[in-house]
Amino acid sequence: MRIGLDVGSTTLKCVALNNEGEIVYKAYERHYSKIAEMSSKMLGEILAEHPEFAHSMLSVSGSAGMGFARTLGLEFVQEVYATRVSVSKLLPGTDAVIELGGEDAKILFFTGGTEVRMNGSCAGGTGAFIDQMASLLEISPLELNELAKHKDKIYSIASRCGVFAKSDIQPLLNQGAAKADVAASIFNAVVNQTVAGLAQGRRIEGNIVYLGGPLYFLSELRSAFDEGLKTKGVCPENGLYFVAMGAAYCAKGEALDIAKVKDDIAGCVNSGDYVSAKPLFADKAEYDEFTKRHAENSVAVKDSYDKGEKIYIGIDAGSTTVKTAVTNAAGELLFSKYMPNSGDPVRLVKSFLEEVYEKFDGAVIGGSAVTGYGEDIIKNAFGIDIGIVETVAHFTAAKKFRPDVDFIIDIGGQDIKCFKIRNNTIDNIFLNEACSSGCGSFLQTFASAWGYDIESFSKLGLFADRPVDLGSRCTVFMNSSVKQAQKDGASIENISAGLSISVVKNALYKVIRAASADELGKSIVVQGGTFLNDAVLRAFEQEIGRNVVRPDISGLMGAYGAALIAAEKAPHTSTVISREELADFEHTVKAAICGRCSNNCRLTVNTFSGGRRFIGGNRCSKAFSDKSNEDTLNLFEYKKQLLSKYESVDGKREKIGLPMGLNMFELLPFWHTFFTNLGFGVALSEPSSRELYIKGQHTIPSDTVCYPAKLIHGHVESLLEQGVKHIFYPCMTYNLDENLGDNNYNCPVVAYYPEVIRSNVASLADVDFISDYLGLHKRKHFPAKIHKILSQHFGDIKLRDVQTAADKAYDEYARYMNNIHITGLKFMQEAKKRNMPVIILCGRPYHLDAEINHGIDNLICSCGAAVVTEDSVSPLVSKFPTDVLDQWTYHSRLYAAAKYVADKKDDDINIVQLVSFGCGVDAITTDEMRSILESSNRIYTQIKIDEISNPGAVKIRLRSLFAATGR
Amino acid sequence: MNPENRVEFTKEMMDYTLLAPNMADVHFSILTNIFAEYGYKVELLKNDGRAVVDEGLKYVHNDTCYPALLVIGQLIDALNSGKYDVNKTALMITQSGGGCRASNYIHLLRKALHKAGYGHVPVISLNLSGLEKNSGFKIRLSMAIKMLSAMIYGDLIMLLKNQVEPYEVNVGDTKKLVQKWIDDINVMFENRKGYSLREMRKILPEITKSFAEIEIKKTEKVKVGVVGEIYVKYSPLANNNLEEFLFSQGCEVMVPGLLGFFLFKTDNRLEDCKLYGGKVLKKYAMQIAMWFLTRYETELRKAAAAYGDFCVPETYKHIKEKCTKIIGAGCKMGEGWLLTAEMMELVESGYGNIVCAQPFGCLPNHIVGKGMIRKLKELYPESNIVPIDYDPGATRVNQENRIKLMLSVAQENLEKKA
Repeated sequence: MRIGLDVGSTTLKCVALNNEGEIVYKAYERHYSKIAEMSSKMLGEILAEHPEFAHSMLSVSGSAGMGFARTLGLEFVQEVYATRVSVSKLLPGTDAVIELGGEDAKILFFTGGTEVRMNGSCAGGTGAFIDQMASLLEISPLELNELAKHKDKIYSIASRCGVFAKSDIQPLLNQGAAKADVAASIFNAVVNQTVAGLAQGRRIEGNIVYLGGPLYFLSELRSAFDEGLKTKGVCPENGLYFVAMGAAYCAKGEALDIAKVKDDIAGCVNSGDYVSAKPLFADKAEYDEFTKRHAENSVAVKDSYDKGEKIYIGIDAGSTTVKTAVTNAAGELLFSKYMPNSGDPVRLVKSFLEEVYEKFDGAVIGGSAVTGYGEDIIKNAFGIDIGIVETVAHFTAAKKFRPDVDFIIDIGGQDIKCFKIRNNTIDNIFLNEACSSGCGSFLQTFASAWGYDIESFSKLGLFADRPVDLGSRCTVFMNSSVKQAQKDGASIENISAGLSISVVKNALYKVIRAASADELGKSIVVQGGTFLNDAVLRAFEQEIGRNVVRPDISGLMGAYGAALIAAEKAPHTSTVISREELADFEHTVKAAICGRCSNNCRLTVNTFSGGRRFIGGNRCSKAFSDKSNEDTLNLFEYKKQLLSKYESVDGKREKIGLPMGLNMFELLPFWHTFFTNLGFGVALSEPSSRELYIKGQHTIPSDTVCYPAKLIHGHVESLLEQGVKHIFYPCMTYNLDENLGDNNYNCPVVAYYPEVIRSNVASLADVDFISDYLGLHKRKHFPAKIHKILSQHFGDIKLRDVQTAADKAYDEYARYMNNIHITGLKFMQEAKKRNMPVIILCGRPYHLDAEINHGIDNLICSCGAAVVTEDSVSPLVSKFPTDVLDQWTYHSRLYAAAKYVADKKDDDINIVQLVSFGCGVDAITTDEMRSILESSNRIYTQIKIDEISNPGAVKIRLRSLFAATGR
Repeated sequence: MNPENRVEFTKEMMDYTLLAPNMADVHFSILTNIFAEYGYKVELLKNDGRAVVDEGLKYVHNDTCYPALLVIGQLIDALNSGKYDVNKTALMITQSGGGCRASNYIHLLRKALHKAGYGHVPVISLNLSGLEKNSGFKIRLSMAIKMLSAMIYGDLIMLLKNQVEPYEVNVGDTKKLVQKWIDDINVMFENRKGYSLREMRKILPEITKSFAEIEIKKTEKVKVGVVGEIYVKYSPLANNNLEEFLFSQGCEVMVPGLLGFFLFKTDNRLEDCKLYGGKVLKKYAMQIAMWFLTRYETELRKAAAAYGDFCVPETYKHIKEKCTKIIGAGCKMGEGWLLTAEMMELVESGYGNIVCAQPFGCLPNHIVGKGMIRKLKELYPESNIVPIDYDPGATRVNQENRIKLMLSVAQENLEKKA
């Protein structure tokens, strides 16, 4: 007689096995964190139905079961291990198990050396992720599954983190992508995440078993896995109970008195021992004073209008909500509306406009403006007069409340926008590109997990006596912190308060990264829906030690600001859709693939009545026009053209394969010249693409390494597919010395990635993989060194020939670099002539890859700016002291470019830095870049890029930058 | 704040208190006394808890590696504590040099101090590469040699302690003996004794003897090795008391010593000469340094084998030879190939269950840690390696759960063998 209890992150499972090992009792329920209560109930049921279990062996498993078992002195079995035990027993012949749980994902390999993999600190691709995505679409996971059955095509969605996925999905929804396709894409993303994150160099093949809740309940998720792995997995009958059964099988030792255990569990009192923060309010009086103070910041409201009076419409089509406002010419608010987005902003705005025409029958719409994620589609759909960048809209609204405002922080559903105001212009913008933990949806997720709406959930915390100190972390990590706090006996009130505090801490320390309140500003206006919660507002004031202004329309500020701008800049007659047109309004969506460049953007083509069209999903403007890019000034494009001259060629000798990633990008002119001069052929891997990435995905050993490094795996596969017999990818600790820094290193990943490739790509065993350590920085020693290496692999080669080839290679490389420099300068002169702003798009040489930069260079050009690169201006700067150790060649160029801009004092030349997610070195470079630029009052702009991109955020930054520089 | 006007630690500051982060308990407690002997008042920081992490998060870029965040947080938290006169306090931090982010810790610390309003507090770089100089702080040759001796004592004591403690009959015996030796060594050092190789030849085996004499009961225990980024590997503050946790799970733990790291860092310069060419003089100097360090290694190994039945670590030369079959000797940033080598050495000496501890997003670890696990699994099918990421947000529960999985498999393997 054995009982197994599986305490998962969201569900509780219990089985009782008789002496034959058959299941006589099983139960599966969501536990809503009431673990003790529910497990005691389940044990009670067993005793009632099967009295013979009064004395049985019992053990506990599950991710939330460890502390629970420890407190009660019960046996604990690690859950992956439990799964392994059940599978070996019940499904012999299994090759691999994929198990997805609430917050964890696991793969177990059985054949060829048992191995277990589980997700580390990342909860992307788990049940929680699917729940989160479903709630974004406002449906249940089961409905998501139903939707996915009618899929038509798959979009690429990042699943590393719910945050990234959201920023992929939201634009898709806003642009009108079919929900069925989005649903299927979500499942597909889970598959990719599981394979990339957990397979780590092993292929998942053979007999596959699917376990765990999500895979059990969601048939489409299973078929997504089947498709992704090109196999047919089985989902066994008791798929939900494998962990519980494994725990039962593992139970050893004496039989326990289950009735006693049941009582022990029920009476399990928590320690109440956790780290706590200061309460939000000491007493009711303090709260009353607080509410009184904030009640003073109200917008001027008017509830009547005159016949024929001009009214102005502001729309903020945000990521999760649509906010609208109607004002009169004096800026008095006549009407406003706050609507959840539900993935279809067009419908919402339509009904809003209908309401406006109804309500303000005799008035005239004098102007209209739209801002937010959905700006483009709404503008096109309804003929809105003005489209403005969000930052400007918010600033305009905030000025109405505090004319001297110098810092604005807006915390919305999924985004945080903060900016400083200097000299009446927007100066420094902070956006949360990599993290949504400081946002409203973060609170929302937790609130709904406990069955509350966000408002009442946040209220719970107002008078909490000991708010849990959760620190500042990503939502995903926060789940486990909260779990731990619950286990330590924190009340829901204290958790609620703790979450409000952590929202604020995230915003302050992760997004803004402020060290003190003084750094923010003196006159701070807070806005956005999240600040409507008093707990969050209070936590913010407490954390920065200063009172702030929260307008009573804090959630509507974007829309209100838009309306104010509409009034200010109104044209003679508004182009907004008329009442009659609105009645016949139609909206159809079609999917298409652009195909005008290698990006192959998946487009959604929206057609509206009246022939207006809006195309979404594009990364550049090529999709709209037939105009060639010839007269744009884009040094990225130019560099790519230069590199394209070094193509695959045959030679007298063997063919050498070069994987086109990381440092190989910049060194291509060198190696190509070197090898062709020696008579070798050269084969290049195909250009990067999502497909190429997926090709090599199964050999990536570290899921947290940067995307450019991950891509290398695909490039190597590409070379192998071409049948190349020799692959050349040397380890290079040192880069060439450009005399700009204290040393000339490569970063550890660039330097040693060949080692990773060698040890993880099994099929390399069949080819000659040359990954010796080389240093181009020692020109004198290089020829002898490479000669030795080549002789080992290719036999007889003359040192003299190698020497000549090396000389030519060094020359070619110098010519290439010089060409970039000269052309960059030419572009800047030309830009000056044409009166165009110049963006120095800084990054590393491999950011040239469109799969890595996601076409951001084109996006900038489409904003009417010229793009040059950091290495085109760095030769103009000589070595200067920095606050950090300046020891990496690529990064010395960054600092030099910043220095160039800082010294130049030309408002039309600005820096935008591309930062790869997961690039550890950029934690250092970004701060240094900022401080170099800000030391001479220049604006620093950075764009984070990853497997996915968020063109929305990029646009906000660029448009705000141009707005700030008077463009 | 240019490097040129960094606050130097001058001769006039000799009465300052020097605060330094703690890393490896045994080693560092002996080191402190050497500084005292040369007139520096060094205090090892033991403050921990949320405040340390919070200060770190506040003043250091959150994507910077966890050790930087912790060390800087700890130093600033100490300055905030009111325990020290901030006008009479200096900070000391190691600086390794090399292509890893870690070389930048000191600069990040200065930036953080500046932000926190402690811009006037001098920071001393403790390094052997001559990276930064302070007129008031010099590591003299005699001092360096004493520090080396301290490290050897530390390595031996840690090695023996780890192998005795899990099996001791009278709980607490081993800890007491460790403390006794730390005290004894300190007294010796105060009397300017015990740090010459000649003296160590006698004292080291005595240490082994005393540990061999502790009453133990040998039982079959899961043997776990710990490798990783150097700070996270040793510091309980960073690794959430990893050793203690493993110990509480009934494991014997092996943590490779510090000497290997020093040999590695010295040897790297030789390798550089070999791979990329270099001055002959530098090569000779490094060869002498290697020879010198190896003499200590020999004594350490001899001493560990002198009594009892202790597992003695292989020589640096040996593990390098073995390891460079799978990874290049030129892979030198951070822990470089040494980390892979340590894993191989652990597996071969019976510690095939390994925790590879690294800060989240540690760059060298993508290569030499996580990047090599597959290869190791191929070479040693019995190996059972779990990489664990440490950062301010990773919870202990999550980490312990993953380690438990590794331990379950280890337990099963142990039972299979029995």
